[in-house]
Amino acid sequence: MRIELHATPADHQIAKLTALAIALSLAEAAIPSPLPGVKPGLANIIVLVVLYRFGWTTAAWVNLMRVATGSLLLGQLLAPGFFLALAGALASLSVLGLAQVLPRRWFGPVSLSILAALAHISGQLLLVYLWLIPNASLANLLPLFFGMALLSGLINGLIAAHWLAAGQETAGG
Amino acid sequence: MSQATDSFFRLSLLRPGDWLVVTAAAALTVWLAMTAWTAGTPERAVIRLSGKIVADAALDHAQTFSIQGPLGITRVEIAPARARIASDPSPRQICVRQGWLTHAGDSALCLPNQTSVELIGKHRLYDSLNY
Repeated sequence: MRIELHATPADHQIAKLTALAIALSLAEAAIPSPLPGVKPGLANIIVLVVLYRFGWTTAAWVNLMRVATGSLLLGQLLAPGFFLALAGALASLSVLGLAQVLPRRWFGPVSLSILAALAHISGQLLLVYLWLIPNASLANLLPLFFGMALLSGLINGLIAAHWLAAGQETAGG
Repeated sequence: MSQATDSFFRLSLLRPGDWLVVTAAAALTVWLAMTAWTAGTPERAVIRLSGKIVADAALDHAQTFSIQGPLGITRVEIAPARARIASDPSPRQICVRQGWLTHAGDSALCLPNQTSVELIGKHRLYDSLNY
């Protein structure tokens, strides 16, 4: 029996973007962080670009494939770090699903990026609280985590907005 | 290349709603910082003698209380956002050596002289402590 897979150009592009997202996740894991969990989240730039170019379903696939493959390559699969990454990805994807109905004229990639970043850290902290550290003192770290999420969300959003704008110019649109 | 760099800094990347989201997120962060980081700030000092409250002082200006206990006088010093037992006749000076109390819920007990000072914040963390 022979199974033939026909990859469309879109499939190739999605695969390339997913590979890029995984590479960014791996590169980021090597950056030392003063506080566990504070990372720039560069892979979310890819998720945003995929969301704009291919829609939410594809963005969800790319993000979840990145989480699974990234943690597999780091030897983190099914370790706490994997579940935290998954919780963050699921929370940010849910918010992206809701936020993408915002009028595009007024809300660009930067809005989606910031909302996704805040959802990401909220999902992670919720899991940390419910599962790892059920202690109210976690609230002391909330402002720090939210501030970092705002900053990284803003920067990632600007990069994604620039990427999408540049892509439109070369495509002649 | 320079065109691409220019467009990165072009403000058109930020649409009106984006500014709204940035402002709202910043406001949320500031509000979180103000609520989370001031929860442990003490507001009042409660001074007790033999378990009965003898003074309840706001921690907004410096003042001193002298409490007459069974052994002698315990001097409690109140300052903005902190309090301490300045002097006490108890033999081992445990409450005096605790120094300044700065967090809500902190307390210093001078057991031999039956005096104590406890800092109270906005919310009481617990009703009592047992050792």
